[in-house]
Amino acid sequence: MREQDAERPSGDVQPLAEAPPESLQRAQAERLIEVWDAPSGWRYWSAVNNTEVGVWYTALAFLFLLYAGVLALLMRIQLAVPNNDFLSADFYNQAFTVHGSVMMFLFAIPIFEAVAVVLMPQMLGARDLPFPRLAAFGFWCFLIGGIFLCGSIFFDAAPRGGWFMYPPLTSAFQPDIGPDIWLLGFSFIEVAAIASAVELIVGALKCRPPGMRINLIPLYAWYALVGAIMIVFAFPPLIAGSMMLEVERAFHWPFFDAARGGDPLLWQHLFWLFGHPEVYIIFLPSIALVAMIVPTFARKPMVGYGWVVLAAIGTGFLSFGLWVHHMYTTGLPGVSLGLFSAASTAVAIPTGVQFFCFLATLLAGRVVRSVPMLWVLGSLAIFVLGGLTGVMVAIATFDFQAHDTYFVVAHFHYVLIGGAIFPLIAGLYYFYPIVADRKLSDRLGTIAFWLAFVGFNLTFLPMHLSGLRGMPRRVFTYPSQLGVDDLNLTSSVGAFVLAAGIAVVVWDVLRPKRSQPYAPRNPWNAGTLEWVQDMPAKPWGIRSIPEIDTRYPLWDQPNLLRDIDEGRFYLPDAEEGKRETLVTSVVDAQPVQCQRLPGPSFLPLLSAVTVGGFFVFGTFGWWRLAILSFMVGIGLICVWLWTGTALHPEKPDKDVGLGLRLPLYLSGTASVGWWGTFVTMLAAFTAYVCIVFGYFFFWTVHEDFPPAHASGPGWRWPLVSLLLFLAAWSATLLARRANARDEVALHYGAQLAALGFSVAAGAALLAGPLTTHMDPTRHAYEASVWLLVAWTVLHLGLAVIMSAFCLVARAAGRITARYDIDLHNTVLVWHFTLLTAAMTVAVIAGFPLAT
Amino acid sequence: MSSVDEEHASLWALAVPPLIWATHFLLSYWTAAVWCAKFADAGGSLALARLAIAVYSALALAALALTGYQGYRRHHLEQRAAPHDEDSPESRYRFMGYAAMLLSGLSAIAIVYATLVVLYIRSCV
Repeated sequence: MREQDAERPSGDVQPLAEAPPESLQRAQAERLIEVWDAPSGWRYWSAVNNTEVGVWYTALAFLFLLYAGVLALLMRIQLAVPNNDFLSADFYNQAFTVHGSVMMFLFAIPIFEAVAVVLMPQMLGARDLPFPRLAAFGFWCFLIGGIFLCGSIFFDAAPRGGWFMYPPLTSAFQPDIGPDIWLLGFSFIEVAAIASAVELIVGALKCRPPGMRINLIPLYAWYALVGAIMIVFAFPPLIAGSMMLEVERAFHWPFFDAARGGDPLLWQHLFWLFGHPEVYIIFLPSIALVAMIVPTFARKPMVGYGWVVLAAIGTGFLSFGLWVHHMYTTGLPGVSLGLFSAASTAVAIPTGVQFFCFLATLLAGRVVRSVPMLWVLGSLAIFVLGGLTGVMVAIATFDFQAHDTYFVVAHFHYVLIGGAIFPLIAGLYYFYPIVADRKLSDRLGTIAFWLAFVGFNLTFLPMHLSGLRGMPRRVFTYPSQLGVDDLNLTSSVGAFVLAAGIAVVVWDVLRPKRSQPYAPRNPWNAGTLEWVQDMPAKPWGIRSIPEIDTRYPLWDQPNLLRDIDEGRFYLPDAEEGKRETLVTSVVDAQPVQCQRLPGPSFLPLLSAVTVGGFFVFGTFGWWRLAILSFMVGIGLICVWLWTGTALHPEKPDKDVGLGLRLPLYLSGTASVGWWGTFVTMLAAFTAYVCIVFGYFFFWTVHEDFPPAHASGPGWRWPLVSLLLFLAAWSATLLARRANARDEVALHYGAQLAALGFSVAAGAALLAGPLTTHMDPTRHAYEASVWLLVAWTVLHLGLAVIMSAFCLVARAAGRITARYDIDLHNTVLVWHFTLLTAAMTVAVIAGFPLAT
Repeated sequence: MSSVDEEHASLWALAVPPLIWATHFLLSYWTAAVWCAKFADAGGSLALARLAIAVYSALALAALALTGYQGYRRHHLEQRAAPHDEDSPESRYRFMGYAAMLLSGLSAIAIVYATLVVLYIRSCV
């Protein structure tokens, strides 16, 4: 541990020199507890605080892990001996599809967001993340979608097309509802995942403690930020693809039907454009746990902090240039394979860099033996092996041989279990006291580790060989002549040893611990802020929000714990009985606002149920009911916005302590709501760009696109529509400016004009393909044009709802010249609406003219 | 030293070098794909597409040299070295320069990898 930095700038903020009187401290603490306490009884489920929602989220994700693990064991029993008939071929298909899908969508991604929701506020010394109700909404969506998906296998109705759902298998040959459950269920969960990502991005950028500059933030926050940004760009391609496939299945729009001008390869592009970044979305936040654990037990700050940041950002970007390496055998030009092979080998560089940083830290420090460290070391060993086979399959010529064999199965289980499961269990042992106030057992943790480590290698190491000997993936049995009998039996035995290890972990978590004493405060002597937490934990997150001067404040800032506990820092009180946290600037974390946070509410739960109804009813083709449920959902979300967001504070600013007064209400780019809207719009726009990509993909690979027989939408109506979009956008801008100047008549006039222009713009855009009698079921060209138009009109619909909301809110006095967050956010949505409309018109009307 | 003030700093500085890589990557991929699908002759020669990708690489590497050098200069402000872990705008400024420099280097390596592909592959087959 280093000496206190002697060169701290003289202007730096110091805690109160003297503690407030004890009676005041007690009163402050009581008020904070009252404000932050979780509701009790049945109202407990209306809680939105990260300490509740994050824990439910984590527990549920682990439950899904166990569920998918059981399916894996069933598969291993089936494969233990050749020509086995333990499972039918059809059930086996359901088992591996659900195993893969649940592990990826219901465990790996959600566990990142769940853990981040628990830990990020603690690490950032924030009372909570900026949108607690959004996180709760994400959780309830996850629960509904997850149960729907997992339940299907009990009705013999589960998807059976593999976790990547390739058409035409899933479009033309599986008419049952299995693929619909997959497509709609996961689209719903992906929307929820994006919601949580918005929360994490804005949290990492805007809710850091004062003084925690960008060069001082905990490495976990860097990784979580990168992972969350990746979600925003990686999930939309799958949402766009799922929408296309579902529309093909439900309404016969032939996006993937080669006979009608579609192309199944488009699905593969969109799926893997999501699927490969997803692997890193899983890996980065898990390895982030390692980046927190290693310095603690090396008793030394991370060596090469800048290099680890390089690794996180560099991997995040490069991972978007790897998707075609899942498609090496689809007959793409050699030069394309080469380009993706180059990127796939390049991504090994940043991945390796962070491992060297971890090793260097361990070598430079004096390592303390512990259970978390054991799991970390196991993780590093396993992941390095998976990484090396990864470089092998990144080489196209090798992949031609190994593609779709057990070699690939071995590779990605090494990567995912080494890169995610082991670090997560390390994190479970490490962070458990933060959640449950007590430590897990060292003895059980060690036993579990050795069972899991040996069992894992026993299961997956032989698979490299069975793969190289020619055993294909996703086939429910194999003949004895293949020469893989012993290898498979070994794998099956290993799988049960691994499962025994996981079972020991589960027992360690579930066993009664009432008689066990609380863990000491900061039980591992860590240096980062999450360990400020008292044992047992108080609901407030942190007693007072400290000024941060170093990367490891608990090691380097003397008296930090005392000063926080005695309320010598910011926001030591909740005088007005409101939940509050600090909002700071993005780069240097200078305090800019005291943000009021919403309390418990059932609205997120009800919104999730009704929006979820759209997807569930849609699966069964009950579209009227689905749309009705969706409308109710929108209504509830409007109630949620009306009653819980952008509330007028009772005073313009407040004293947050240490002589600092901060505003309670900021709008425009200064508000967290604006940032949340911006990130959400980026995700929506990315999904839209994927539809445009589909259009140009068809043009690239097909000779006749647009086909000679098809009439386009013409250029007149699209052009008229674009002009109307422009008019509506301008009127919206004018309405916001007029409101800021309190010119009431002009504001209402402009806002009403915007609504009128919007309706006309939507009608004009639809008129293009309607008047030219384009039939979306005839050809992929017509389907693509219709989809672009439909997306644009839906986007317009969102903008219209927001404009109408603002109109009503202005009339009700909820929006004023001073309090105009909603208007700013609506204008932002309008920017994206105009951009979408302009691109749609350029593509559907302009491109046919240009060719 | 007004240039280290927060209003002159932006996290975009860290995104620019990888974005240069991403632009180069997508352009190279699209150029090769469209060339092979629409313009290549019967033998499938890459011809002009290779030249185009070489030009992209030259431009991208020049841009990365620039971002890398700028990062290096920031990192070496007042001759201070890593770890950049002080609580001051200067330390943050040096850290962001350092990270931008490293990211420029990584992006450049990835671009060199991609360029090697068109050095050796001459046809669409």
